[in-house]
Amino acid sequence: MPEDGAPAVEVAGLVRRFGAVEAVRGIEFAVRPGEIFGFLGPNGAGKSTTINMLCTLLRPTEGTARVAGFDVVRDRDEVRRNIGLVFQDPTLDGYLSGEQNLRFHAELYGVPRSVLPDRMRQVLEMVGLWDKRGDRVQTYSGGMKRRLEIARGLLHSPRVLFLDEPTVGLDPQTRSSIWEYIRDLRAAERITIFMTTHYMDEAEYCDRIAIMDSGRIVALDTPQALKAGVGKDRVQITTDDDEAAIAALAERFGLAAAMAEGAVTFAVASGEEFVPRLFAELGMPIRSVSVSRPSLDDVFMSFTGTTIRDAEGSSKDWMRMAMRGRSR
Amino acid sequence: MTTTERDEARAGRVGAGPVVRVAVPERSIVHDLRAVKIVLHRELIRYGRDRMRMVSGLVQPVLWLLVMGTGLSNLMAAGRGGGPAGSHVDLKTFIFPGVCAMTVMFTAMFSAGSIVWDREFGFLREMLVAPVSRSSIVVGKCIGGAMVATLQGAVILALAGLAGVPYDPVLLLELLGLMFLGAFALTGFGVMMAARIKSMQSFFGLMQMAMMPMMFLSGALYPLAGLPVWLTVLTRFNPLTYAVDPLRQAVFSRLSLTPELRRTFDPGVTWWGWRVPVGLEILLVLLIGLALMGVAIIEFRRSE
Repeated sequence: MPEDGAPAVEVAGLVRRFGAVEAVRGIEFAVRPGEIFGFLGPNGAGKSTTINMLCTLLRPTEGTARVAGFDVVRDRDEVRRNIGLVFQDPTLDGYLSGEQNLRFHAELYGVPRSVLPDRMRQVLEMVGLWDKRGDRVQTYSGGMKRRLEIARGLLHSPRVLFLDEPTVGLDPQTRSSIWEYIRDLRAAERITIFMTTHYMDEAEYCDRIAIMDSGRIVALDTPQALKAGVGKDRVQITTDDDEAAIAALAERFGLAAAMAEGAVTFAVASGEEFVPRLFAELGMPIRSVSVSRPSLDDVFMSFTGTTIRDAEGSSKDWMRMAMRGRSR
Repeated sequence: MTTTERDEARAGRVGAGPVVRVAVPERSIVHDLRAVKIVLHRELIRYGRDRMRMVSGLVQPVLWLLVMGTGLSNLMAAGRGGGPAGSHVDLKTFIFPGVCAMTVMFTAMFSAGSIVWDREFGFLREMLVAPVSRSSIVVGKCIGGAMVATLQGAVILALAGLAGVPYDPVLLLELLGLMFLGAFALTGFGVMMAARIKSMQSFFGLMQMAMMPMMFLSGALYPLAGLPVWLTVLTRFNPLTYAVDPLRQAVFSRLSLTPELRRTFDPGVTWWGWRVPVGLEILLVLLIGLALMGVAIIEFRRSE
């Protein structure tokens, strides 16, 4: 499966039971180096359990997992040295300043003192907190805390950065700025990013997504392919002679088109790739084109038979959801 | 081992400058020591920043020393009547070592409790997932807690004059050393408990439950001679007894008293009539401290 180099994360037959409850039921996947890999699923699907096993906080009941080439059970320290973590809940010391939190981390990870000042400045500038480094973390906003945690996770140049719900509980504007940092990060550092989310729109930023439901991976592919797998894209064109266009589509591409919303409308797999062909081969001028895709919500629905929101409603975390629902 | 390389930024929009790469070294003693140091350092920073804690930690000892000490002195003075110098002991002087021990005990327990706090606020996770041995985290926490408690104890030492204890530099150093040792053992105890207890409320509930009897059975507030057998036995099983007694002996060795008074107020700790030497008491406290810390390390290693 990996294209080049060893996989950054490689998991086979991974199972985790808590007493009688099987939280993760034998999953298998590999993450390529340099990829942004997303785990998508409702709360209680087993995402956090999986991430905890990958970052050596939880022992697998069965199966193996390798991170950065090291076994999470046998080479625990090696794994830890090579990963950065941003947890779902904040893990900062509010009494310390941002800089002191980073220094604490650097000392625990044994970051050489000779490079520490430069590195610290770099990660703090990356997340835009250099000017705030002396302030106590207590005074930071939720978004700033999360950014500081990302900076901290990067401080020791990990090969794989784990982000467990990096944007949960943040407002939409902060969420999108966090995503900007994550994408900048990939451009700046040689790093693989493994993340979980239950926001559909965020999963779109990933190179590939595994959809997890009730402890199993039900689908794994690029967001585009997943969506293509569900249904076809909807393409709408306007032309000078719509009747002729419909006939031409049937004749040249074997597509059944019809008029809808005042445009010639048809469904086709990977609509964007189809558009150049359409222009080249339709044999008549096209005035406008629009391609709309099925959303990841449709994808999730097609694999699990339920929307992510409904799935959450029935999960074990109903209490938590109830709390969150109230504050919404 | 500590190889570092800076490679040129690859079209990175971010840092503009070269990406500073860090190579995290193999685990080693040096690395573990750095971890111990930073965990300890954090305790000190937090203590330094938390003035409330410093002040509130003083309230109880000062109450004991000045209010209870003064109040009960009256009672004693009435019973004994005045006399020439050296013929009576101010109760404040008597309980001063006990108050030192109490201060240290409360502060040490509070420091250990911060582990439960860290767990609730997630910071413990940041420590537990680091590529260092869990022992270095526990050791750092124990020494850090002991240092903070000793600092708090030093503030009480500043009040020595009020209790009629001379400001003898050697004595003060002795007391500081003994307090550190006791604080270390107590933090070890607290950390051991904190490894198992997941909520702040139950931790402090339990601590309260453990601390009050420990204090009352330690000789902090009354001499340990001539007690009924049941009480004698209980005090001898209390580790705090062996932390308080050297403190008292250190203070009383600096006072000019009649041998008779010294015997009454500073009887030492006896096992079946044999007076336990200070050296052995110190050794006992140290061993208990190390043993508790050992258990704490095992517990933290086991926890996932």
